[in-house]
Amino acid sequence: MKPFDYVRAGSAQDAVRAGAEGRFLGGGTNLVDLMKLEIEKPDRLVDVSRLASDEIEDGVEGLRVGAGVSNSALAGHPLVRERYPLLSTALLSGATQQLRNKATVGGNFLQRTRCQYFYDVFRACNKRVPGSGCDALDGINRFHAILGASERCIAVHPSDMAVAMAALDATVETLKPDGSTRSIPARSLHRLPGDTPQFDHVLETGELITHVVLPASPPKRQFYRKVRDRSSYAFAVVSIAVAFDLEGGRIANVSIALGGVAHKPWRADRAESVLEGGSPSAELFAMAAEAELARAVGQGHNDFKIDLSKRLIVAALRDLSEGKREIAA
Amino acid sequence: MNQQDSRNWIGKPLDRVDGPAKVTGQATYAADYRGARAASIGFIVEAGIGKGRISSIDTTAAEASDGVLLVLSHKNAPEQAPFGSHKDAGRFGQSHAALENDRVKYHGAPVAFVVAETLEQARHAAHLIEVKYDIEAGVFDAEAHEEDAVRPDSLDGADEADKETGNFEKTFDKAPVTVEAEYHTPAQHASAMEPHATVAEWSEGKLTVHMAIQILSDARKGLAHTLKMEPGDVRIVSPFIGGGFGSKLGIHNEAVLAALAARELDRPVRVAQTRRNLFSNGPHRTEHRQRLKLGADTDGRLLAISHDSLAAMARGYPFAEAAGGLTQSSYAALAIRMRHRIVEADIPKVDSMRAPGEAIGTLTFESAIDELAERCGVDPVQFRLLNEPETEPGSGKPFSTRPLARCLSEGAASFGWRSGPVRPGGKRDGRWLVGHGVAAAIRSNNIEPAGAEASLSRDGRLTLKLDMTDIGTGTYTILGQIAAEALGMQAGMIEVRLGDSDFAETCGSGGSFGAGSTGTAVHEACQNIRADILSRAARIDAGWSGVNSGELRLDGDRVSVGDRSLPLGDILDAVGGETFHCKAHIKAGDAHETMAQYSYGALFAEVGVDTDTAEIRLRRLLGVFDAGRILNRKTAHSQLMGGMIFGIGAALLEESLMDKRYGAFMNRDLAEYHIAVNRDVPRLEVHMLDGFDRHSNPLGSKGIGELGICGAGPAIANAVYDATGHRARKFPVHIEDVLPAVSRLVG
Repeated sequence: MKPFDYVRAGSAQDAVRAGAEGRFLGGGTNLVDLMKLEIEKPDRLVDVSRLASDEIEDGVEGLRVGAGVSNSALAGHPLVRERYPLLSTALLSGATQQLRNKATVGGNFLQRTRCQYFYDVFRACNKRVPGSGCDALDGINRFHAILGASERCIAVHPSDMAVAMAALDATVETLKPDGSTRSIPARSLHRLPGDTPQFDHVLETGELITHVVLPASPPKRQFYRKVRDRSSYAFAVVSIAVAFDLEGGRIANVSIALGGVAHKPWRADRAESVLEGGSPSAELFAMAAEAELARAVGQGHNDFKIDLSKRLIVAALRDLSEGKREIAA
Repeated sequence: MNQQDSRNWIGKPLDRVDGPAKVTGQATYAADYRGARAASIGFIVEAGIGKGRISSIDTTAAEASDGVLLVLSHKNAPEQAPFGSHKDAGRFGQSHAALENDRVKYHGAPVAFVVAETLEQARHAAHLIEVKYDIEAGVFDAEAHEEDAVRPDSLDGADEADKETGNFEKTFDKAPVTVEAEYHTPAQHASAMEPHATVAEWSEGKLTVHMAIQILSDARKGLAHTLKMEPGDVRIVSPFIGGGFGSKLGIHNEAVLAALAARELDRPVRVAQTRRNLFSNGPHRTEHRQRLKLGADTDGRLLAISHDSLAAMARGYPFAEAAGGLTQSSYAALAIRMRHRIVEADIPKVDSMRAPGEAIGTLTFESAIDELAERCGVDPVQFRLLNEPETEPGSGKPFSTRPLARCLSEGAASFGWRSGPVRPGGKRDGRWLVGHGVAAAIRSNNIEPAGAEASLSRDGRLTLKLDMTDIGTGTYTILGQIAAEALGMQAGMIEVRLGDSDFAETCGSGGSFGAGSTGTAVHEACQNIRADILSRAARIDAGWSGVNSGELRLDGDRVSVGDRSLPLGDILDAVGGETFHCKAHIKAGDAHETMAQYSYGALFAEVGVDTDTAEIRLRRLLGVFDAGRILNRKTAHSQLMGGMIFGIGAALLEESLMDKRYGAFMNRDLAEYHIAVNRDVPRLEVHMLDGFDRHSNPLGSKGIGELGICGAGPAIANAVYDATGHRARKFPVHIEDVLPAVSRLVG
């Protein structure tokens, strides 16, 4: 771990003023691990874990969640369980109880990929060292992307929470070092790798996530399901967040996000287009799944994820149209 | 506990005597040790290539970094005996020299060692070291270099690498029903909770090492040979070990480097390997390709068995796993053949991991047996019963005991086994495909030479001192039980002291031989104490003459027989001496040569396979075991359960993934290397038969630590087949392996 300055921010404004040269520290569950390996080498850590950002407020615009709220607290909040059950399920399917107690909402969004080539400093990784290459392309890539990857990077984003946030059309509120604020749709917070996989997201240097706002009236039917090799404490092979309403027997306000398939939580807008306004049926669900995965490309070890993703989409839509809300695998 | 009870300590489900110390943090594991002088902290710098030569190494920046006390590399490392010398001391006792030259032998091998005041300082300085390499092509994959395969000189757990009873080819050719299958089992790391850790300190040319180690006497030899010292000048201390599973049988790089640096610095050095370190600086079970050929007649009687294994051996480190070793002991057949081949490879140390041989051997063999039973149209439990041998098929030796049939029958009844031939894909429970599977477990029973030292004080307290280890198995507790029963005294009056090479040399922990071997030595030492008390008592009171020493009872500070009673202190005062002090030394009896000795089990599994996602989840696992006499029903139960959980990992979870372009293990943490978590472990049922093997040792016990893992994996794999129709050919079984079968069944 490279020696670094440690600053404890008293306010969000303080934090962004101090943060330009460093990294923000929330729960530290990913950042500190990466610092030990000197994959992350900040000169300064700005501790934002003690900011008064652990509040959850309900208002007309929706549920406003402080970036410092722990994953456990958010998952267990009565309003989250009632109104955004897919978010609660997604959070609880991530990591372990100990990690969820420590991990924050802001930090969860910004956790980095689990690509093993990113973690091994002796291997080529464009995300870690731009221009060095990608050893995952012809390497062990069972966990890698099937959608939206580039020849520079086939890593996937590991978060469950971010997949749920993308499906719920949550909004991320930020504060920039110049004091200005902006709102970013959660589905647009992360980016595809393209030629610059070193950038996971669209935040600028020193820009701090302060809140996440969940819409006041999300679809009534919600569902999150995570496919994993180990029944707990395992990253998703593929995961899915689905929400829709049934209005007069027809699907309305549908949103679907997939996890474990891309460099970002993958909003399945092609599937959504097929579904919106349709009557639930096995044929429709299959058509939606086919439409979304038509552009999927396997990397070798992960070819099965294409078929698996289709099956998962169909199963999730089936269960949700039958009124099942969540599933404990 | 009353007098009557105190005669029957063995078998009681006593709580672990070290339990309170462990759960309150009072148990000092190796890295917890704090001596009089503050230790400096070492950190291993790993090679970033699989094979080659260090062309340059620049340690200047590291040496100048804050807090750094010493940087060792091959350029300045003190002289050691060449790696692998002292071969006759065995692989644990041979030289384990580190940083001995500019060669990189495997990915992650130490290229430097940094010692600093704090861990953070050492770790950061490690990153400042610049190493350049001349990379050479390495061998990382046995199968890709099969043309270089040779027969190993020795095989762990079997006498010969190749063995054939009868004529396999001829018999197999005539068999009307056959199975031919090729299996791949993965590399695995033991992943004990406690990493390999060492604190080394020197005093007047003598070395004391606090370390996590299973066998102290071997570690002492290994360090002494490496450092060119006399074994008597090395003391090893290891009172508590946070899991071994074979990975702590021998010493590893951190121990050698800590000892070297502590001598250079004249200051204690502490090193705990990081979890990532363990994947290259600790040992592993290597990948195996196993080929099974089985032939039977149409009634389900086995005719021919062939079991071939191909694996890598770490270059210069003689260990090969006997994957096919158990085949000659399992079932009756006219012809049985096993062949083992190895390819020397440039990979980290390959060594024992829990149940070497049987763990991966039963995984494939018992899967193939299930397949053959199906082809014969015979129920798989019945198939195994049909093929029970009279004597050990490969050797013709009589079995000391052979309770496998009883394990199978009782297991089938407890589990609710629905007999009949396997018909996969027939059972549904909601969205789950449900399957049942069975497999037999077999694990060789060994006794190793062991000593013991016991002393009884005038106030009736017994102290045992052994260099034995308790790797979490319950050794402290069972040795006390054995001594209490042997002397007819209260267990609470006994202090068991373990894990110090100054104590009596034992076999240590490994190969499931610890309890039986050391337990017998303790039993013998206590018998000697009885004889000593009696002979001394007879010198002061003629009434004790002619008494059988077995009738003596200890009650507090008095010894009694019939209506005679004497304070121990009076005997000591009369004949001189402060304590009754006796030693014992035991070795395996002839019955270990003349008879085939194994412990046995039958495992029954129920799995569910998700019809949407092909996720496999174990629903229940039941084992019926016979390991001779059970020494403590609680710790034995835990050991068997732990073994079964290892079996879950073997079937469904555990694999160390190597990128074979580089010889580098890639999933080097516990988020990526999947050991079973609580949710993967549903209802586990452990049944123990009340066996007693009089040929094994005077206690009647047999090895138990590795038995549970054998058979658990294949029972699960066979259940997956029953659920889906997918026959596992590689392990662990993943979603993508069963997805096509699930798709065929349910669309």
